[in-house]
This record gives sequence, C-alpha cells and structure tokens, in this order.
Amino acid sequence: MMSVENQLKFTDFKSDQSVKWCPGCGDHAILNSVQKAMANLGYSNEDVAVISGIGCSSRFPYYMETYGFHTIHGRGSAIASGVKVANPKLKVWQITGDGDALAIGGNHFIHTIRRNVDLNVILFNNQIYGLTKGQYSPTSKRGFISKTSPFGTVESPFRPGELCIGARGHFFARCIDKDLKHSVEMMEEAAGHQGTSIIEVLQNCVIYNDKTHNAITDKAHSEDRTIKLEHGKPMIFGKEKNKGLLLDGLNLKVVTIGENGVTEGDILVHDAHCEDTTLHLKLADMEYPDFPVALGVIRAVKAPVYDQCVETQLEEVQEISKIKSFNDLIHSGDTWDVE
Amino acid sequence: MGKRSKVIEKEEVVVRFSGDSGDGMQLTGTLFSYTSAIFGNDISTFPDYPAEIRAPQGTISGVSGFQIHFGHSEVYTPGDYCDVLVAMNPAALKANAKWMKPGGTIILDVDSCDEKNLVKAGYHTDDPIIEDKLGDYHIVKAPITTLTKESLKDMGLDNKSILRSKNMYALGLVYWVFDRPLGHTKEYIQKKFKKNPLIVEANLKVLDDGYNYGNIIQAVTPSYHIHPADIKKGKYRNLSGNTAVAWGFLAAAEKSNLKLFLGSYPITPATEILQELSARKDLGVKVFQAEDEIAGICTAIGASFAGSLAITTTSGPGLALKGEAIGLAVMAELPIVIVNVQRGGPSTGLPTKTEQSDLMQALYGRNGESPVVVIAASSPTNSFDYAFYAAKVAVEHMTPVILLTDGFIANGTQPWLIPDLADWPEINVPKVDEGMKDWNAYQRDPESLSRYWATPGTKGFEHRLGGLEKDAVTGAVSHDAMNHQKMVEIREEKVQRVANHIPELEVIGEDDAELLIVGWGGTFGHLFTAYEELTHEGHHVALAHFNYIKPLPLNTYDVLKRYKKIVVCELNMGQFANYLTMNFPDLEYKKFNKIQGQPFTVVELKEHFKSLLEE
Repeated sequence: MMSVENQLKFTDFKSDQSVKWCPGCGDHAILNSVQKAMANLGYSNEDVAVISGIGCSSRFPYYMETYGFHTIHGRGSAIASGVKVANPKLKVWQITGDGDALAIGGNHFIHTIRRNVDLNVILFNNQIYGLTKGQYSPTSKRGFISKTSPFGTVESPFRPGELCIGARGHFFARCIDKDLKHSVEMMEEAAGHQGTSIIEVLQNCVIYNDKTHNAITDKAHSEDRTIKLEHGKPMIFGKEKNKGLLLDGLNLKVVTIGENGVTEGDILVHDAHCEDTTLHLKLADMEYPDFPVALGVIRAVKAPVYDQCVETQLEEVQEISKIKSFNDLIHSGDTWDVE
Repeated sequence: MGKRSKVIEKEEVVVRFSGDSGDGMQLTGTLFSYTSAIFGNDISTFPDYPAEIRAPQGTISGVSGFQIHFGHSEVYTPGDYCDVLVAMNPAALKANAKWMKPGGTIILDVDSCDEKNLVKAGYHTDDPIIEDKLGDYHIVKAPITTLTKESLKDMGLDNKSILRSKNMYALGLVYWVFDRPLGHTKEYIQKKFKKNPLIVEANLKVLDDGYNYGNIIQAVTPSYHIHPADIKKGKYRNLSGNTAVAWGFLAAAEKSNLKLFLGSYPITPATEILQELSARKDLGVKVFQAEDEIAGICTAIGASFAGSLAITTTSGPGLALKGEAIGLAVMAELPIVIVNVQRGGPSTGLPTKTEQSDLMQALYGRNGESPVVVIAASSPTNSFDYAFYAAKVAVEHMTPVILLTDGFIANGTQPWLIPDLADWPEINVPKVDEGMKDWNAYQRDPESLSRYWATPGTKGFEHRLGGLEKDAVTGAVSHDAMNHQKMVEIREEKVQRVANHIPELEVIGEDDAELLIVGWGGTFGHLFTAYEELTHEGHHVALAHFNYIKPLPLNTYDVLKRYKKIVVCELNMGQFANYLTMNFPDLEYKKFNKIQGQPFTVVELKEHFKSLLEE
C-alpha cells in the first residue's frame, strides 16, 4: 500500500491500450469502477494481477496498467488460483462473464469458491454470449429467444448468488454496471474480504441483449424494484422508503410499513456476517416482480482462506521436519553403501 | 544354516512374487529387493498390479505381482522370464506359468489349491502342475497357509491377521532360497508396526519360521547363489521412476532458487508424483490438487506467471485435456513442465499397463502451430535426470516442456547412486533486470530467442500476456498478418534452438555395425540388454537411444545415415519411426512395434534382430 501522498489516481491504472468494447457497453463503467476502487484502496500497479478467461469482459486486463493475463475460456479462476497461491502477497482480481464462469468454467468457479482462495471475482452478467454474437447463456431466462434458441430456451438458468452460496461461498455482492458509486463500494468491500469474493454485476450488452436488466435498473423504477442491503440496517426499500422485507413462516414477504399494522420495527435487519446461509440464499434468489432484486453485500462471512492455510501448513511442517534441504531428503530413509 | 543339497550358481536371477491383490505381494517384493540391494546386487524391479483395487478374490484379474531382477553384474530390466515364482494361489500360478524360465523353481501355496480356487483360476483338474505341464520345474509344494496358522496359533491373533502374515512366511522361505539375511526386513517390520507390538511379534515369527522351513525341506528345494555385483562405489538408495521425477524437480527448484509449484489431478500411473510432492512441504513445495486435469495445468500456468517453477503431472487422457492450456503456455511463453506418464490407450485404455503411444500427442496434440520441447526419460533412475533437465530447459528457454515417461519405468525401481547437487549444472533464470529500458514482454535473448520473465510484484515491468497473438515488438494484441507469421516462426525457431544446449546423440556399438537399433524412452533397458547379448554372441549391432525428441540432437541425421539397416523399436504403431521419416525422409526405417500394454522382452527383440541380420 502507498502512503496517502503517493496514492495513485484512478487514471494511473489505465493502460496505453485503447478500449475496444462497443460504445454504450456496460463494461466501460465497470472498468472505471475497478480503477477507481484500486486507487481508493491505495494499490500499487505492480502488486495487482488481473486475470480473465474469454469473452467480451475478459479483454479487461489489457486495459489495466497492472500485471494481467488474458487466458482461456472458463479457466480464469484456476489460473488466478495458481497466481494467488504462488504469491499470496499479490492482489488478484478475476474478470469473468456468465458464459465464462458458469458454463465452460463452472467447475473451476465452484471449486475456487469452495476452497476460498483469496480472489476478487467480478462476474459480468449480461445473460448472453456477446463475443460470439448473441447466443443464450446459462443465466438467460427460461424461454429466452436468441440465435441458438429461436423458439425460446427450454432450460432453467443458474442464479449466480445461489450457485456461489451453494458452493459454500462466503462473500457475495451484487451491483449494477452504471451505478458507479455503489459498484466502487462493492469492489472495495470485496477487496477487504479475505477469501473468494464474488461480485455479480448486472451488465448491459447494448448490442445483443440491450435493456435485459432494465426492468430493475431503469431509473424510474429501480428504487421500487431493488433493495440495497447494508449490514446492520433494516431491509427497507422503495421510492418512499416505506417497503420492507420480513419473514412470514419460512419465506420472505414484501410489506408496506404502516399497512396492516406493520411498523419499522417488524422489518428484518440485514446480517451479512451470519454463517447460516438460509436467509442469504433467500435474499440472493429474490427476483422481480415477486420481490425486489437484492443489491449490496448479501453475504460476507469470515472463513479459513486457502492460500493462507497453504502458507501456514508449509511453515508448520518446515518447523518440525528433519528434512531441511534436498540433500537431507535423498539421504533419508533406506540407503546402503557399496564399498 | 544346514548344508544345502542343491545350490544353483547364477550370474543373475529373476524372482516374481504373485498372489491375490490383497496378499501383500507388493510389500513382499519391495522388502526382498531392498535386501538384495543391500547385499550388493544390482537390481531392477517392476510391480504388476490389477486395475481394480480388490478384484474378485482368487481370479486371474485379481492377481498382483512384483518382479525383481538382480545379479552379479549390472541389470537393466526387471527381466522377462522368472527363475523363481512364488504363487500364493492357483490364479497366480495360472497367470505366470507362461513367464517361467525352463527348469525354474515354483513355490506354490498348496493350501490355496482347493476346488473353489482352482475353478476360479480356470483349471479343469485338481492338479494345476500337470495341467499346465510344469513337470520340468522344481515345484515346491509348501502348505504356507497351514504353516502360518501353526506358527501363530498361540499368539491370540484373529484369523484375519494370521492370514495376512502369510506373505512374510513366503518371504522368509524365499530368503532361505537365496541365502539372504533377514535383518533389513526385521527392522522394517519393527518400524512399520511399532504401535502394535503383537503384529510385530507375529510377523517376525512367521518370517523366521518361513526361513527355517527352508532348512526342513532343503532336500527337495534348490537354493540359488548370486554374488554381489561389481558396481560403482558410493551411497545408494532404491528409486522408482515416479519418485525420481518428483525429486528431479526438487533438485531443479533448489538449483534455480525458484519455488516449486505442482498443479495436478490424480491419474494412474502418475499419481505417485503428486503424492510424493504433497509430502514435501518441508522443502516448501506448493501442491494444488485441482478439481480436474485442466485446472491442474491452469493453476501451474498461473504459478509460472507469478514466478514459480511450475509443473503439472498426468497420463495420456489427462494430456488430452490439458491441450488447450499447453497452447496458452506456448503463446504466453511461460515455463512449465508437463509430465505424461504414458499408459495403454486410447481413452481409458489400459490404465495400469505401459505404452509409448502418446508421442504424437505430445508433439502435435494441440490446435495451431504449437511447438513444445519433448523429452523422454529412459529408466527409473534417469527419470531424475530428465525431470531436472526438463525444468532447466523450460525455465532457461521460457517454454513448455513435455516430459514423457511410462508406466513401466514410473513403477519400476533401480538402485540410485545418491548424487551431490553441487555436481549438477546451474539453472539460469532469465528474469528481467532493472537496467532493461523500454522493455516489452516479447523482447528476446538474441541467441536463444527466449523472452524474459517479469513476475508480478516487480515494479516497472507491468505487462499483459494472453492467448491472443501479440505484436513481436510492442507485446500488444495484434491481428497483423505478417506479424503472426513472424511470431509462429519465432516460436518454432526458439524450440529448435534448444538443440544447441542438449547433448549429441551417442551410439552404443560400432560405426560399421550391420544393424542400428533405434529406440526412445522407457524401452532402453530391454534394447540395451538385447544389444549387449547379441554383441556378446558375435553379432554386429549398434544402439542409438533417444531422450531428446523435440528438438532432436543436432547430429541425429549424421548418426542414422551411417547405417545400412535401421530398426526403430517402440511400444506403439511406429510413431517415432514416422517422426524420423518426416525429419529425414531419405533414410529407410524398419519398424518393430508392440502394443500389448507390456514392455518388450529381450528374447523377442533378439529374435527379431537376428532375423533382420539374416535378411
């Protein structure tokens, strides 16, 4: 980390390459948010490694004045895991999309989360394959019409939050590409969390799936159709700040404060640090129109971190082992002399 | 010891322990080989176990064997045919009878030859010796089960534990046959079962009783006498090919001052490398047991990007899965060693058997023009050397290297003269240095064409790598037509220039031999033994054995063209012969191929070479 005087500006994280995403693509905003967050976090260029797979979003590392590696489809989290385990001092950020992380890279995605490698994973979810020009993705809604589903898909989508928590994830947050302020906040929260942090960014593909998130991201409605969760604060949302969530039996229920005897005191208070996943899963799974879509840090729970545990175990074994060098090893155990 | 009635003096002998996969034959064989090595014989061993962990008891598919070849002179293979077979049940006899040398000795546990076991083994009569026409052999019908029970009857052990000690009874008897001391095995038993004194006592007792049983039956049992070998002085240990590979990388990490990282997924027969390095946390090795083969190599590529000596280990099917990622390492020009312990293929094939059929996959099994260095080890112990050199080439030339071994040398063991690392060459890591001005990621060393390694954390060298083609000068993404051609050519040329840094091909034998035997990788022991025996018999043959496959040694053509007849021997359909044809099309290559999941036998090689000499 740098001292405040030497702190880099967000422009110091811009590389000399011109950004080649489509005009109006949500990726531009996310790039700005990441650069801003890294500046706020006091990062140095050389200590950051940005790793990606394949897809529109995965061009990201080329635009970052840091170490970067644009790898192969779906394998970003495996490569990022290798980088982090090899050198845990590095800040390792992984950039991925719904196809890269949840289709071809699904296996690596869940296992990275399960191990809890200290990575910050930004999952650009635009519910479409953009770079191959418009096929449905594993997050496209059932019935979605695309070039490979001209009559609508007949399969259910993954919900990234559900998958993350199901894979024993300890950090999951959600934000909207164009809400820079909130996105920067989420990235800083993710960076501060030790272990695998997943941020699902609802990202707009202006060419192949324009306005896919509009029902909830559109300014006119977003306050009524989303809820920004904050740890320790009641789950209140809406333009009038009069709607809230409470538990009705085992299910969440949307209520209006002041109606049917509901008071602010009845509203659930968000506990992102709760180890139990039940409520986090319910919050992560909320979908419009039945519920507001949850934004913010849904889950942030401390847990053992893989790369740190690897280091600790090495130290512990080195402390007690009689084998201190290669020479010790080859002379250990059964040997004999030929005279 | 009493006077022995029949002593057979031998230069070398092959012993095979064979039984049910739960009979402890691997341990028995290992202990016997240690004792022989400590006695001063040169040894070579090979385990032969079924693919199933516990195949149906008493059946041929459940037979587990361990073969040891040891001698008064140097031995290069675990031997083709056995002098002594220990068969713990009829299935073991049935499976191995055809591998007996004429006049050999068979020690059979006759207690196991009940009707049920005979039927399971596929015998149709109640006398397997007659049925298999083994009348010319020394048959020692030992009631091993009964004798073991008798030996332990007053110890208060349960029946299962008693039956488990049968192998030590057999081992004791075999020690008598070869007049070997029991000291090492006793020490082992004491150490291994130290938490269970009763088991220690029981095993020591049956071992002694087995040995003494030899004295009782000496009138009908031949014993063998093999003098110690005249081998190079020094301190030795037994080493398997897989352990040798793991240790070669440890040595390379120490020499290069790099951290060793292994990303891997368990697969037969390569898993022991992963296990061995997992145990080496004391030497700082980071091992990542990945979710699949792809993550195995991808974590290694990540670690290489971050500045580690990065390795991934696998066998044929795993190499197929790693193909795309190897291409990434080719493009990003990052050092990585991919170890492929070859097994029988295609698909799942013969997982526990040996083959050399992944050569073309190693050379070409990727999309695009994707050159990598390919090196092959040729014995259990030189797997150490070639793992070391694979790491050295990978790092110094910033390239992926595929190291080929096979199930035969990976599981086989040989005595290894413990080296002094000071005698091994340095590994020079081409890291960037601060003096480099206007550095870019694809700036190259003019001689080797290797690029320089800038690892994250190094200030001023931030750069972006990736699978997309890069501009030769700036290192930025480039779709330029001429630049792509240039980069493709540079990547190939970089690999070819490794030839300037590897030893020349050496020929064993005379320049004017009538027949040049050519081999590569794990067939060396058999080819060399065949060469030696033929030469001894007065035939004019020579042997050229390859360890460096891509690039080939610079003098390869000059060597090959000297010979009128060349026969390329390999455990596949002729992949190396075809590769040589592609490189040196004006020469004629005969092929000798075997694809049975088994190594060559010296006998079949000699027969074939003799017929070629007569042509």
